[in-house]
Amino acid sequence: MPSSEIVDTDMKDHSYVTIIKPKKGWQVVDVKELFRYRDLLLFFVYRDIKVLYKQTVLGFAWALINPVFNMLVFNFIGKMGRLAPGNIPYLPFLYVGLIPWTYFSNSVNMSSQSLISSSQILTKVYFPRLVIPLTSVISKLVDFAISFTVLIVLFIVYHNQLSINLNICFLPLLIILMIIAAAGMGLWFSAMAIQYRDIKYAITFLTQILFFLTPIMYPISKFDSFSPVFKFIYSLYPMAGIEEGFRACLLGIGPMPWDLLLIGTASSIIIFVTGAFYFARMEKVFADVA
Amino acid sequence: MSNLAVSVENISKKYRIGAKEAKSETFVEAMMKLVKAPVTNFRKLQNLSNFSKDDEMDVIWALKDVSFDVKLGESIAIIGNNGAGKSTLLKILSKITDPTAGSVVIKGKISSLLEVGTGFHPDLTGRENVYLNGTILGMKKTEIDRKFDEIVEFSGVSKFIETQVKRYSSGMRVRLAFAVAAFLEPDILIIDEVLAVGDLDFQRKCIGKMDEVAKSGRTVLFVSHNMAAVRNLCQRGVMLVNGMVNYVGDINDAVNLYEKNLNTSELVNPNLFPLLARGDYAIQMNSLRSRVINSSAGASLYVEFELEAKENFSILGVCFFIRTTDGQLITKLLFKMADLYIKDFNGKKSFVLVSENINHYLAAGEYFYSVHIDIPRAAQLIKADNLAKFIVPGYDAYGFGTFFESSKHGIVPVPIKLDEV
Repeated sequence: MPSSEIVDTDMKDHSYVTIIKPKKGWQVVDVKELFRYRDLLLFFVYRDIKVLYKQTVLGFAWALINPVFNMLVFNFIGKMGRLAPGNIPYLPFLYVGLIPWTYFSNSVNMSSQSLISSSQILTKVYFPRLVIPLTSVISKLVDFAISFTVLIVLFIVYHNQLSINLNICFLPLLIILMIIAAAGMGLWFSAMAIQYRDIKYAITFLTQILFFLTPIMYPISKFDSFSPVFKFIYSLYPMAGIEEGFRACLLGIGPMPWDLLLIGTASSIIIFVTGAFYFARMEKVFADVA
Repeated sequence: MSNLAVSVENISKKYRIGAKEAKSETFVEAMMKLVKAPVTNFRKLQNLSNFSKDDEMDVIWALKDVSFDVKLGESIAIIGNNGAGKSTLLKILSKITDPTAGSVVIKGKISSLLEVGTGFHPDLTGRENVYLNGTILGMKKTEIDRKFDEIVEFSGVSKFIETQVKRYSSGMRVRLAFAVAAFLEPDILIIDEVLAVGDLDFQRKCIGKMDEVAKSGRTVLFVSHNMAAVRNLCQRGVMLVNGMVNYVGDINDAVNLYEKNLNTSELVNPNLFPLLARGDYAIQMNSLRSRVINSSAGASLYVEFELEAKENFSILGVCFFIRTTDGQLITKLLFKMADLYIKDFNGKKSFVLVSENINHYLAAGEYFYSVHIDIPRAAQLIKADNLAKFIVPGYDAYGFGTFFESSKHGIVPVPIKLDEV
């Protein structure tokens, strides 16, 4: 199998030599080149954030409306279906579950579509294509950050039933894991979606199913009576550990689910790395099939 | 390759064009096709990027064994008819698309301008778009910081730099976009006809800038239909015909060859042009040629074309355009204005557009023409744009023994007389 065949060598006298040849088979992501284009990533993210809520009346409030209304509706459904855990007020429980889920589903959705919506640029200028789906994953962090404001309000309202605990120190780790999981899926889906537009429809459907499989409306302990095989397969889904982790961090429900998180981290990294390889393999045809 | 900036070796590029699907004849067959549709669709989508050996039918070689070298600091023009493979070649050189075979070695930092204003976002201000567009073209933020004032000054839109680009006129947008591109500092610059933008004043400014780039010792690869600009800016030319190199050498020879090729005014193998079957409509133009016939009354233009369709078209509209050799539109005749309709068309037929005594209306000189075939108010099927030239012979428009010529007197001999009032 030939190795990467677009070779950019930084020579000592600052001149580059580029060799263009047909690329066959698996490719390695050119991390050095990606780093050279870091300013582009920065400006793409800036653009996305800047135009996100342009010409809307409510502006950034939209970042709150989605999780808040979901919380209220699920509060109703969850209580009807007796999904709520007994030991904690249900509204903050739901909201803390919705914060990472909203980020995850939105950024997977947006990054999957990102190459298609940038096809105009893809056919006109070269830059590492990886920048495009990564932009979506990063710019969705803005909504994610904004959604924490409601959490503060919930903390004030429920201050005598909730307490902040030391697990909150692990929150950054969980956020990094969440980004890697979303980026991995985004790489896979975006590279597929540009050739197979089915992905767009499949993702709507997939996120819906994943929503019910993710412990958002219910605690993961609902699966306690399931077989160990099921539980292992389930723990491969990174959002399982992330959801439980967020609750352990922010609400202090139980200890950090290290077992789930360890398996989830492993599977996220595998999805991310294989996604990057798949992306690099497909990259050469993007301009032709866009 | 010590003194070579770019070395292109046997580059080929294959594309797949849409082959017509077999029609099902029975209900059962149609149902079977429906059931099998996902599988066939999957194959079709997969085949967009995969080429197996057994289906060479719907494959087209946009480029075939193209080789040439560009020396350090040289300006080279790539010329050829529409569909000759110029854009594909530029896309390969700028790493946008992968060649099917062959290799290119490029020494130095390369930037390409296949379009100005790539990635401009209408909701962002001029300033923000300068940064966005600049980084897309490969500049670093610090580099843009340094050049920002110059860019804005060159564009001439400094008053509106904090205004959203969607409030700009199209001319302002293009000027800002070109200004960003003009301040790229690559060793090798690839340019695709971005000159034909903006008003005359700005065009002159652009050509000046390009000249400056070319003379500053940078290597320039330039694609254009503007032969005057090409002759002026480049030392050597590569002429492509149907995806193959026809000539590499001195720019004047290349341009002469290209123009000679145009004057025969006939498409050698029109089936290779991408002006054919568009979308689902099965129609193609087999040939297109023009003749100018002189008589004592005047010279008349005859444009003949042959159409071939695999299905029935109840009505087709023909549009006819005339442009000067530097691209200025002179005449745009739409079917609804001039009653240029073809009714109940199928099979294979030839048509002729006749413009009688054209030299009474147009100055002597060379002109390009275009023929479009549309389904009125529905779709454009064929676009044969500026593929060929015709020559209008001289005519003594005012009856005083002077031919009215485009190179000396302008394009239109309007009626005029002088009276005392």
